[in-house]
Amino acid sequence: MTRIDRKFAQLNAQGRKAFVTYIMAGDPDFETSLEIVRGLPAAGVDIIELGLPFTDPMADGKTIQLAGQRALAAGMTLQRTLDLAAEFRKTDDTTPIVLMGYYNPIHSRGVDSFLAAAKQAGVDGLIIVDLPPEEDGELCIPAQKAGINFIRLATPTTDEQRLPKVLQNTSGFVYYVSINGITGAAEAQAGSVAPEVARIKAGTDLPVIVGFGIKAPQNAQDIAGIADGCVVGSAIIDKIAQGQNPDQVLDFVKSLADGAHRA
Amino acid sequence: MASYLKSTPTRDGFFGKYGGAMLPPPLIPHFKEIGEAYDKLSKSSEFVRDLRYIRKHFQGRPTPISHFSNLSDICGGAQIYGKREDLNHTGAHKLNHCMAEGLLAKYMGKTKLMAETGAGQHGVALATAAAYFGMECEIHMGEIDIAKEAPNVTRMKLLGATVVPVGFGGRSLKEAVDSAFGAYIPQADTTLFAIGSVVGPHPFPLMVRNFQHVVGIEAREQFMDMTGGLPDMVTACVGGGSNAMGLFAGFIDDEEVSLHGVEPMGTSSNLGDHAATISFGEDGDIHGFHTLLLKDKDGEPAPVHTIASGLDYPGVGPEHAHLSTTGRVNYTAANDKEALNAFYALSRHEGIIPALESAHAVAFAMREAKNNPGKSILLNLSGRGDKDIDYVTETFGYSVDD
Ligand SMILES: Cc1ncc(COP(=O)(O)O)c(C=O)c1O
Repeated sequence: MTRIDRKFAQLNAQGRKAFVTYIMAGDPDFETSLEIVRGLPAAGVDIIELGLPFTDPMADGKTIQLAGQRALAAGMTLQRTLDLAAEFRKTDDTTPIVLMGYYNPIHSRGVDSFLAAAKQAGVDGLIIVDLPPEEDGELCIPAQKAGINFIRLATPTTDEQRLPKVLQNTSGFVYYVSINGITGAAEAQAGSVAPEVARIKAGTDLPVIVGFGIKAPQNAQDIAGIADGCVVGSAIIDKIAQGQNPDQVLDFVKSLADGAHRA
Repeated sequence: MASYLKSTPTRDGFFGKYGGAMLPPPLIPHFKEIGEAYDKLSKSSEFVRDLRYIRKHFQGRPTPISHFSNLSDICGGAQIYGKREDLNHTGAHKLNHCMAEGLLAKYMGKTKLMAETGAGQHGVALATAAAYFGMECEIHMGEIDIAKEAPNVTRMKLLGATVVPVGFGGRSLKEAVDSAFGAYIPQADTTLFAIGSVVGPHPFPLMVRNFQHVVGIEAREQFMDMTGGLPDMVTACVGGGSNAMGLFAGFIDDEEVSLHGVEPMGTSSNLGDHAATISFGEDGDIHGFHTLLLKDKDGEPAPVHTIASGLDYPGVGPEHAHLSTTGRVNYTAANDKEALNAFYALSRHEGIIPALESAHAVAFAMREAKNNPGKSILLNLSGRGDKDIDYVTETFGYSVDD
């Protein structure tokens, strides 16, 4: 059992939906970012996704691309991202941390060395967007062996033929990308997402969390209502980009969390 | 001996350990669709017939081979020949794969072409294809390149393309790719992403190589006609590597022909001053494929520099990474100064103003000619230099001595 598995068991027992946030580690700088991350659980966040800054994020929209640029400019690296997770772990041993990013920085570091360091830092799961199931030998299988969940994305275009492959070595939860686009695009509509969630749930016992295109509390509530939870990323990053201080950012997060938890 | 081209890459798009399709989920079905369409169409006589027609009656192929006798005399040593892709319509080899990608899009029922561009050559070629096929066109280009390659931006706009400026990071080719991928996903149902070189996820490295193979096929035959034999050395500049793969493909099974890829050494061999990926890169992953990559101390893609915008990329086509491992191709480099010198020399002595990209191959030929008396060197003159004349003359004057 990872912290992710334990978190879902607990939410299940409470009859609550999971509220998940994504922010870029080190955006706008290490200290501010750490302060925000530390405040997330109290604001109602159940699972924290930390973006691993990468220079060439081909699946992200402008908001997240720019967040990555800010973090890199502030000196963020893979190691500093792990440091940030470790700092957080000093004060919170239950909220799961999922690193989300691209393979190159991990490949450059070396898979074994990375996994050992991630485990040490208290990382519970990985979402590596450019490692499809065909590449499971690279990182997915070694991560599972090391006791770290490997979470995969499914999309509206993941068809019946491909879905079993996507689900096969996935653990922790399944991240359903609700819209056919990149991060930060149009608003997700609960009505069209519900049948998709059902389709995925037919193929797995894992919780299904829906993300991409959720921007407001009502939206979070609607989407969480038809899945096991929801993820908000770009809408929060926008606040950071506007220069809001951690308290302001966390107030906004709390309004979203309250929305999701009403579901 | 089994034909190299038939056996490489694998069905999954691997050239040895390089290549593959490291795609985020939203992109996977679209590249699969392109791969399947290409697989089917490349075997269809109708598609091949259409492509032949376009090459002959629109592009003006075959392009000739020229013997650069003045340049050869000046260098002393080997005889230098050039495959004249500068005479291909739009002035560079890029149109070879763009027309084919446009034709593929047409057969797939797409109504729009989009891509990134560095020097603007690929953008111009793709905008040309879009105009020819009556499609929309969207080109992403770094702000630095837009300033440097202004004539190409004007051409793209005249051809009806929308040029999207990319203003983050190094504001160059690499960022243009990131931006273009992001913009592609929401419109992928109606749009073909037409990658500009033998890079990116499968099937592009295979497909673009095969679309450029015409250069090598023509060159081999023309060279035999002209000289009665094969060249001793064949060379081309390598950015992503499309013009090089096209020419090399024609000779790759001829073991007696040595193949030489020329990377840009920029202003020095220090990281950040060049884009010599194979010379200095390590295994890495970028833009959906495994390849050699120039990395900074944290393992991230490093900033790159070269005088030739079209070579300004920290990665390289996976097939080149593979061919450097097997040793079939020798990879070397020419720096900004050598390329400029070659740019002036070919202009002055042969009456051909080469693209700064192609000037890297000319520079290699000039350097090697001296060491190889009695031998022949065939280079790919991948493009003409009209796009570069303002930049070169304003920055460096009219000759090496200015
Ligand atoms: C004339 C010319 N040659 C070469 C290149 C480099 O591309 P590749 O390495 O794919 O041939 C470019 C790119 O813009 C170009 O314009």
